[in-house]
Amino acid sequence: MAVASIQVSETPLVLYALRRADDALILGHRLSEWCGHAPMLEEDMALANMGLDLLGQARELYSYAAKVEGKGNDEDKFAYLRDIRQYRNLLLLEQPNGDFAHTMVRQLFYAGFADLYWRAMMKSGDATLAAIAAKSEKESAYHLRHSSEWMVRLGDGTEESHARAQAAIDDLWAYTGEMFAIDDSERDLIDGSVAVDPASLHPQWLKTVSDIVGEATLALPKSDWMQQGGRSGRHSEHLGHLLSELQSMQRTFPRATW
Amino acid sequence: MVTALHNDAELRQRAWNAAAEVVDPEIPVLTIADLGVLRDVTVTDGRVEVAITPTYSGCPAMNMIRVEIELALEREGFRNPEVRTVLSPAWTTDWMSDDGRRKLREYGIAPPLASSSRRALFGVEQVACPQCGSGNTEVLSEFGSTSCKALWRCKSCREPFDYFKCH
Repeated sequence: MAVASIQVSETPLVLYALRRADDALILGHRLSEWCGHAPMLEEDMALANMGLDLLGQARELYSYAAKVEGKGNDEDKFAYLRDIRQYRNLLLLEQPNGDFAHTMVRQLFYAGFADLYWRAMMKSGDATLAAIAAKSEKESAYHLRHSSEWMVRLGDGTEESHARAQAAIDDLWAYTGEMFAIDDSERDLIDGSVAVDPASLHPQWLKTVSDIVGEATLALPKSDWMQQGGRSGRHSEHLGHLLSELQSMQRTFPRATW
Repeated sequence: MVTALHNDAELRQRAWNAAAEVVDPEIPVLTIADLGVLRDVTVTDGRVEVAITPTYSGCPAMNMIRVEIELALEREGFRNPEVRTVLSPAWTTDWMSDDGRRKLREYGIAPPLASSSRRALFGVEQVACPQCGSGNTEVLSEFGSTSCKALWRCKSCREPFDYFKCH
């Protein structure tokens, strides 16, 4: 029978770590869905590799959240035994893979942010977060380079690839604002030099993304209306389907190990 | 047998030597000492603690390396050794020994370049082919058979090869 979800004591630091861990786990899972389905073997390996990087980041962040919370939860319980409303990831990252252009645009938007964010977090007053940031920063730089090269190939490629890349940018643009938003819980951590204010990274992110999109002969939308909700547990319909697959084993056979 | 006849410095050296022999399961010509994954060995009251650091966050070899270290130490007579993972300072390819770089090349994997251009968005790196030594090579994929490698091809001898990414 199905097993009950865990309770989480979401202090600001626990919540902070869970949000970043959820980002990494959910995007990592999305990338893993490409395994065996990518347009060519090299891409299959690249997407699985990046998924693995993200899974590693998620494990470190979940383990840290568990340690800070001190209630007997662990990385597996956080991943497998929380319901959709307890997940705190960005809406952007749970969006379906779509075609290859959608996956690459999602990668560009997020890696462009993660690269800046983790580099800034290396100076965090929290030693564990700074150490996790130092590893994640190097990996994010590779992910950004990978998606940048694909954006140019797709945008400046054929009529078909150009149209698909532009459609993907237009579809996903409204989810980018959430990366730079914070709430009161996070404001306290920023004031305490534990976290960095993502809003301070927005100009650089916009420049990086605009340059790449421009090089790719594509354009960013003019609209500045942004969708939010993931950070507080209000998700799109897609996350539930993702979790039902990710969690099916532990929900069906509680505490199964191998 | 570990006895009180040995002092901690000797024990530490023995423990280090045992741990340093463990090889990376995915690149078996390299030991964890060659890689710079083995960070520290301490001995307190005869009990060994080993610190290792992952190359990449999601490196699946870490679990196996941990088990191999425990087995190597048990074989040397150390009971209940502890292996812990440290993240800081973050591992970099600069920690790879010269011996390790040579072994990689002989194994057919191009060793990491000393200075990285990974920051360049459309970075161009010049990697020598480990088979024929030619610099006339091209990248096929930034992501290769493991997290730490990229896939390259030599345009002179036409052989594909792995490049240990600069990190």
